[in-house]
Amino acid sequence: MTNIAYFKDQFEDIAEPDSAIREITKTAFDTFNQLGLPTYKLEEWKYTNISSLFDKNYQFSKDNFQDKLSPSDLQALNLAGEEEAHALYFINGRFAAGLSKINATENELVVLPLQEAAKGPYQKIIAEHLGSSSKYLKDGLHALNTAFIQDGVFIYLPKGKQLALPLYLHHINHADTENVLSQPRSLVYLAENTNLQLIETYTTLGSMESFSNEVMEIVLQENAYLAYYKLQNDGPNAAQVSSTQIHQLGKSYVQTLTIALNGGVIRNNLNLILEAEGNETHLYGLSLLKGNSHVDHHTLVDNKRPNCFSNQLYKGIADDTATGVFSGRIIVQRDAQKTNAYQSSKNIILSDRATINAKPQLEILADDVKCSHGCTVGQLDEEAMFYLRARGIPLKEAESLLLRGFAADILDQIKLKPLRKHIEQLILAHLAST
Amino acid sequence: MMLSIKNIHANIDGKEILKGINLDIKAGEVHAIMGPNGSGKSTLASVLAGREEYEVTEGTVTFLDQNLLDLSIEDRARAGLFLAFQYPVEIPGVSTTNFIKAAVNEKRKYQGKEPLDALAFLKIMKEKMALVEIDQSLLSRSINEGFSGGEKKRNEIFQMAMLEPKLAILDETDSGLDIDALRIVANGINQLRNQNRAILLITHYQRLLDYIQPDFVHVLYNGRIVKSGSKALALELEEKGYDFITEETDL
Repeated sequence: MTNIAYFKDQFEDIAEPDSAIREITKTAFDTFNQLGLPTYKLEEWKYTNISSLFDKNYQFSKDNFQDKLSPSDLQALNLAGEEEAHALYFINGRFAAGLSKINATENELVVLPLQEAAKGPYQKIIAEHLGSSSKYLKDGLHALNTAFIQDGVFIYLPKGKQLALPLYLHHINHADTENVLSQPRSLVYLAENTNLQLIETYTTLGSMESFSNEVMEIVLQENAYLAYYKLQNDGPNAAQVSSTQIHQLGKSYVQTLTIALNGGVIRNNLNLILEAEGNETHLYGLSLLKGNSHVDHHTLVDNKRPNCFSNQLYKGIADDTATGVFSGRIIVQRDAQKTNAYQSSKNIILSDRATINAKPQLEILADDVKCSHGCTVGQLDEEAMFYLRARGIPLKEAESLLLRGFAADILDQIKLKPLRKHIEQLILAHLAST
Repeated sequence: MMLSIKNIHANIDGKEILKGINLDIKAGEVHAIMGPNGSGKSTLASVLAGREEYEVTEGTVTFLDQNLLDLSIEDRARAGLFLAFQYPVEIPGVSTTNFIKAAVNEKRKYQGKEPLDALAFLKIMKEKMALVEIDQSLLSRSINEGFSGGEKKRNEIFQMAMLEPKLAILDETDSGLDIDALRIVANGINQLRNQNRAILLITHYQRLLDYIQPDFVHVLYNGRIVKSGSKALALELEEKGYDFITEETDL
């Protein structure tokens, strides 16, 4: 495990002693040293082998390649409907502030490098919330990200600001000369009465290996609204652990949608911490896996206060030798009476060698709650296949129609129409290619 | 000859269901196949449409000079064979309109024609909708999802109208229909009757034949056609029940 020694070396090199967040990074580095990288021996990492990936000698990128990307390079990453929107770029895990495209005033949307924000008027918010996810994500990878916080981003919506245009966060890994380890870090804060639509994408350039170890922390105050879309459609050389923790501090509304189409090994940790009475949360996921892809969705919904509502629907399709994992945990704390928490995972396996692991977990400490969970793993409905083919639709096309039909109720949840169209087109092409 | 079935034997799970069926159908003819439950009526429809769980062990089927049994399910459909399902399948997430458009254009492709554009398709659809009194709102929903029994059967006949098959096999299209729905469905079928098209009606009951007059009636029993005749045979069955056939045959 040569990489571990490398990290220790780098920590001394990279760490800035006068950094405003030195304490956090120092503690995290100690934690990383204690824990190391997660192995499949840990229950939470049973299905996803991350530590072996680190044999690949990933390097932190010394360059952030900011100058090497032309506007047209960036435009090529645009999703349909993005032209007018706000866009931020992470290159090799480092926030490239100079590339940001923001069509709003500072009164409406604040975007700052994390280090800078930690010194200024947002110091208190950052002290309070940066790193709060380490309470839930107690593993070496999470600590590794925190230990190396360098160029993160701080996104802040001031009170009462309803951001009409969506905000895109593009992660670009430049892996053309060496194996790259990127560690994007962000803190998003939605003050009272705000509205944000956030979209994250991931792109690896070059054919070397890339590993993205991302941590995002999101805080919502009273009456904030968040729609959060994550689109994972990267190359087979791109591995990713993406951890998002969302704290609903005030009574607020969250909808998340995670779509995994292509990639190497992907692990998503999505934690919803429902800290206020009456919080509402909807979690959707869709994986369309083929080749040797591996996608592991881990969700946690921690109900701490009464009258919260959460609904999870994750759908997966696995072909070839792909592996899908859904592990969903719902905790209902003693105080969280009248909780409504639902969870469902539905999966289709298209090949004998594909695997789906589904693992729902309920921990209920309150006595007056409504909770349910269910998992199904099956094959394409043969009767439906026959029906379509009996109308002259060829086998491949019939399969594609049924799979798109299976995915439809997830895609219907995408409120941004151009984004939905864009993703539908991606899925159509994805199903058509072999 | 449009369809020529010669000595067809077919198994499912190793059990022989069809034990030597012979049947010739010419363009423009309407044939009714009747028979008690378990006689093999639906199996015959399934074998013709290409349902894969059935194994044909003996015999030949020629459809428009092609060996039907060599064709894939979709090629049979594109060559002009249509099966109206006894139990139309519900397919969530797939809009009926998109599905029918895909089917129509697949058939056109097979015939070497350009696909229909949205406008042309819509125009044809409107025409055919009137035929079976089917509503636009139904067609924008997912295929058969939450449709009533009558709506499902009307949707089948609507698809038949859109696809304009050479041979339509209607498997128990009358089952589960109340009298009004039956009248609408039968009326649609009658309008689709013409000299270039053959229809094979599969039914347990005579009542469908009150609305659709067949040219020939065949009685299927225990995997064989045991009696053929005119419309009068159906009336005789209605009067005497299947027993008179089965007793005759079993002797």
